[in-house]
Amino acid sequence: MTREIAVVAFARTDHRRGADELSEVEMLMPVLHEVLDRTGLKTADIGFTCSGSCDYLAGRAFSFTLALDGVGAWPPISESHVEMDGAWALYEAWTKLLAGDADTALVYSYGKSTPGSVRDVLTRQLDPYYVAPLWPDSVALAALQAQALIDAGDTDEPALAAVAARSRGSRADAAPQGDYVVRPLRTGDCPPVVDGAAAVVLAAGDRARELCERPAWIRGIDHRIEAHALGVRDLTDSPSTRLAAERAGAFRRPVDTAELHAPFSSQEVVLRKALRLDDGVRVNPSGGALAANPVMAAGLVRIGEAAAGIHRGRSDRALAHATSGPCLQQNLVAVLEGDPR
Amino acid sequence: MPEVLEAPLVVEFPFTRSLGPVQSAFLTGLRERVVLGVRTGDGRILVPPVEYDPVTAEEIRDLVEVAPTGTVTTWAWNHAPRRGQPLDTPFAWALVRLDGADTALLHALDAPGPDAVRTGMRVRVRWAGERTGAVTDIACFEPYDGDPAQPSGHTGDFENPVTGIVAPARLDYTYSPGRAQTDYLHALSDRRMVGERCPSCRKVYVPPRGACPTCGVATSEQVDVGPRGTVTTFCIVNIKARNLDIEVPYVYAHIALDGADLALHGRIGGIPYDQVRMGLRVEPVWTEGARHPDHYRPTGEPDADYETYKELL
Ligand SMILES: [Zn+2]
Repeated sequence: MTREIAVVAFARTDHRRGADELSEVEMLMPVLHEVLDRTGLKTADIGFTCSGSCDYLAGRAFSFTLALDGVGAWPPISESHVEMDGAWALYEAWTKLLAGDADTALVYSYGKSTPGSVRDVLTRQLDPYYVAPLWPDSVALAALQAQALIDAGDTDEPALAAVAARSRGSRADAAPQGDYVVRPLRTGDCPPVVDGAAAVVLAAGDRARELCERPAWIRGIDHRIEAHALGVRDLTDSPSTRLAAERAGAFRRPVDTAELHAPFSSQEVVLRKALRLDDGVRVNPSGGALAANPVMAAGLVRIGEAAAGIHRGRSDRALAHATSGPCLQQNLVAVLEGDPR
Repeated sequence: MPEVLEAPLVVEFPFTRSLGPVQSAFLTGLRERVVLGVRTGDGRILVPPVEYDPVTAEEIRDLVEVAPTGTVTTWAWNHAPRRGQPLDTPFAWALVRLDGADTALLHALDAPGPDAVRTGMRVRVRWAGERTGAVTDIACFEPYDGDPAQPSGHTGDFENPVTGIVAPARLDYTYSPGRAQTDYLHALSDRRMVGERCPSCRKVYVPPRGACPTCGVATSEQVDVGPRGTVTTFCIVNIKARNLDIEVPYVYAHIALDGADLALHGRIGGIPYDQVRMGLRVEPVWTEGARHPDHYRPTGEPDADYETYKELL
């Protein structure tokens, strides 16, 4: 790799608050200001801007162009958008910096899931010929995966409850898991529906060292996808995560922290297995997607949280993971490191 | 702060999709109560069949009939069916590997309750009464304790194959316009036009969206604008819009309200369409019960000088 690229700043909304009274840009703007303030940069100083969002969430066509109002895109800026989680926007920005086209990048993403029914909205990303006409919602598909894991002996309902309780910062025996949503998944196994936004600033080489006391260097990043037909896949495993992790160099040395984008408790079981994480690794100190799952931002939040741990000196080598599609169909893995202390 | 406005928003459209040769054979087969798979280069039978091998991306066309009976590979109990799902009574979602296939098909399984379902249980297709060549021609699966059904060796050649599907999609939302637009809409109900000023460049935006798109900062200072304004540019509409009771031709214009730094748009009335011009001074005409002005009409003032609005074009 010819250029070193780092995450130098991260900001996110307090996802536990509702944002009913705010438009998407009104929700996003404070996060953009916060992330720029951390670096002292202004929009005009940023070499490349990339965002991730999905119009189907709030049912607003071209909402990403309105969100640009919060960036201040005049005079015209170099800008791009992915209709995906912001983690993939970060990947695009990383390639831009790697190619030397820019020295700094602003990456942001946002999602307002509360105006619609996100369980149903997500059916529209499925195979339109054989699957989408049946309207299998996102919880149903995750439940099929969870049952496959239980059948394989990889987990059981108490173990899933423990994942959920740990993510939400409560003791397993005290946290009510709630009723079945789609059996075997209970309320506690499913992500809360929230609105939220996240942003990071990337910088290359010496620019990163100027902007951040301890940059979180991206040592490797890769993303891989599996077949779209659920019945073709082994739902108890995630070969795409493992391959992305290999290509990102995750297995070269152990990590101390892993931020996993597992919207359902059962998916953490799959990811731990695929990534060979042992009990010595801190998994989701942020609470992960079970604590807050702003759709389209939750993956970028994982990278941001992993980086923030390095910025603060709590972590030296961290793995960040983002997912997209049903049952962990597509997966991105990044490995971040701080300079030796 | 005034109450947050909200309104129902329905996004609904039928997607018309054409089919590849394998998809066409599979869906036509369902219409004829025949289930087809496709053979991959390494001899596996994929059901539902796809046009390209999911591992090698090789084009695959070798159709093979499989049985309408099979085995559940995983399942999930859905006690509260949602709109559009195959059954409206509680059912199990199931991945079913049909006899003769190597992969599983997603569908609903009609069973009396979760205790009646397990991985490995035997099921068979329940066909829909009316079949059109769609995945919903399988009404669902049902428990089955007989021997595997024997496929007849169908080759996948059918009379009148289906070549496309129409997939209706409907999503329901509760739209809320956000803080700035809510304030704007509340003011409109008092027949006032309220913009917001950027604290940085001092421009006044109407309708306000909560941010200055030039500076990227929040706007909050409210500014009364109009009600009079200037036509900055316009077009003549000659095609009647559906559900719109306005005679054509009519003029649709960009109007810079006095005090605003961004033009909004509206219809011009009270003047023949071919006499509307840039610089024409106009004012809103309100009608009972409508939140927005019905249209704008000439004030009778002299036209505005081009220099006064050239930055607002
Ligand atoms: Zn401004």
